[in-house]
Amino acid sequence: MKKLLSTLSLATLLAVTCVVNATPQQDLKEFQSFYMKRFPNTPFEDFANGVYSIDPASRGQWEDIEEFAPYELNISVGETMFNTPFANGKTYASCFKNGGIGIRQNYPFFDTDRGEVITLELAINECREANGEKPLKWKKGPIADISAYMAYTSRGKVFDVKIPDDPRALAAYERGKKHFYQKRGQLNMACADCHKFYSGNMVRADLLSPALGHLTHFPVYRSKWGGLGTTHRRYDGCNKQVRAKPFPAQGEEYRALEYFHTYMSNGLAVNGPGARK
Amino acid sequence: MASIKIRAKAQDGVTTVKTLISHKMESGQRKDSKTGEKIPAHHITEVMAEHNGKQVMSANWGGAISQNPYLSFKFKGAAAGDTVKISWVDNMGKGDSAEAQIK
Amino acid sequence: MNLLRRKLVKTAAFVGSAASLVGTGVLLPQRVLGAYATDAFAARDVNGAISGSLGSAEHSPSDSVKLKAPDIAENGAVVPVTVSASMSNVVAISIIVAGNPGPLTSTYTLSSACEPFISTRVRMAKTSDVIAVVKADGKLYSATKEVKVTIGGCGG
Repeated sequence: MKKLLSTLSLATLLAVTCVVNATPQQDLKEFQSFYMKRFPNTPFEDFANGVYSIDPASRGQWEDIEEFAPYELNISVGETMFNTPFANGKTYASCFKNGGIGIRQNYPFFDTDRGEVITLELAINECREANGEKPLKWKKGPIADISAYMAYTSRGKVFDVKIPDDPRALAAYERGKKHFYQKRGQLNMACADCHKFYSGNMVRADLLSPALGHLTHFPVYRSKWGGLGTTHRRYDGCNKQVRAKPFPAQGEEYRALEYFHTYMSNGLAVNGPGARK
Repeated sequence: MASIKIRAKAQDGVTTVKTLISHKMESGQRKDSKTGEKIPAHHITEVMAEHNGKQVMSANWGGAISQNPYLSFKFKGAAAGDTVKISWVDNMGKGDSAEAQIK
Repeated sequence: MNLLRRKLVKTAAFVGSAASLVGTGVLLPQRVLGAYATDAFAARDVNGAISGSLGSAEHSPSDSVKLKAPDIAENGAVVPVTVSASMSNVVAISIIVAGNPGPLTSTYTLSSACEPFISTRVRMAKTSDVIAVVKADGKLYSATKEVKVTIGGCGG
């Protein structure tokens, strides 16, 4: 009897351990199949279009705006900035693979030399600082324009975020995953509450977008902002909306979140910059 | 110029022009959150479209046209290769214009 | 002394930009097809907006005027609206949002080369009728559609 009990409890312990220590690959499979099941009429690639993949009414308006989207102005501005040399004569192209063209899908990545998650915006500002220029503000303005141009040149490229066999990379992934599933703020809500478990439901007059495909279309022109914003601008807003204190843009927390969040959209194509409400 | 993007396409004798203009379009209705005062209106008041130097359409806009405004119109009598010119003026006397070839 | 210099510099800058505008022909009055419809934009009622922009407030609803606008605006700040008409001799189009503080959003003067078609994006303060009014052969024709504007759930 005692032996049976101990075997059972050992089995339970093992089972619990297995669930808690699911690999990123297992998480990815569970995550993506969750949405495929929840929205059976949405083809996988279409999740990159967010709510418009699951709501025909708003899709019509979005398509009207996409006819000539406001972010096209930002892309032009970003292109000019991207190609304008720094004071020292070098350009952004010198900091990136392939001259910075068609590489959006490689971000964020875990830099094993530095032990850090590198996002595109971080790379842009590090490029500036390495060439004697002042860094740009993280959430909107010129950095979003440059990021928009770089995303635009990468449209169609498929995200394939890697998690190297390095405990620090796994820790960053787990930290991002934790943020996603953790309840926070006065409203005590997790990202997963709205964007996974209740995705497709209405919260007042907003349709909750599935997290699958969230980050493929950043930076994003929001009608609400009347302008372009980066991923971390949105994270900031989302944290504030559940009345939680936001984390610093491009700090460790949001970079970890972006790492997890983008990984979960592996297999989807870059379609930034995007237009949303 | 950088503030105006134009796409003009001719098909079956009709040219469709789409234009996107970079402008805050401050309506004059918004209040400054700090002072409580209304932020003064600063928006495009007129848009003019010309084809090969002749006026084709003009628009009067108020503060209820969206930020970074979009406008599309259609006209006859033009062909691919012709030039379309879009100009705008705002209530503060600023303005800009740009040209594009009809494709 | 500093204040005066600043004022002079400011004036010069304005004159400079006005001069450059005049050079491009943007400010020359004869380049404008119609004068700015100041009163129409100032009107706080639908009839005032229509008569101010098109000369009369009498309009007949017509199937020949097509108004495309969403049933529920995704965001009241950017509502795509398209007006088209199938009658001939359309010389002007006005787009009215009845629930806005100033109902006239815009008015368009079309030359004879123009097709009766205008598409733009408007701001709506709240749920209200969007009215497209078209002027042809001295008469006004219209199409109306109610567009709902809601408050979002994610803080706006």
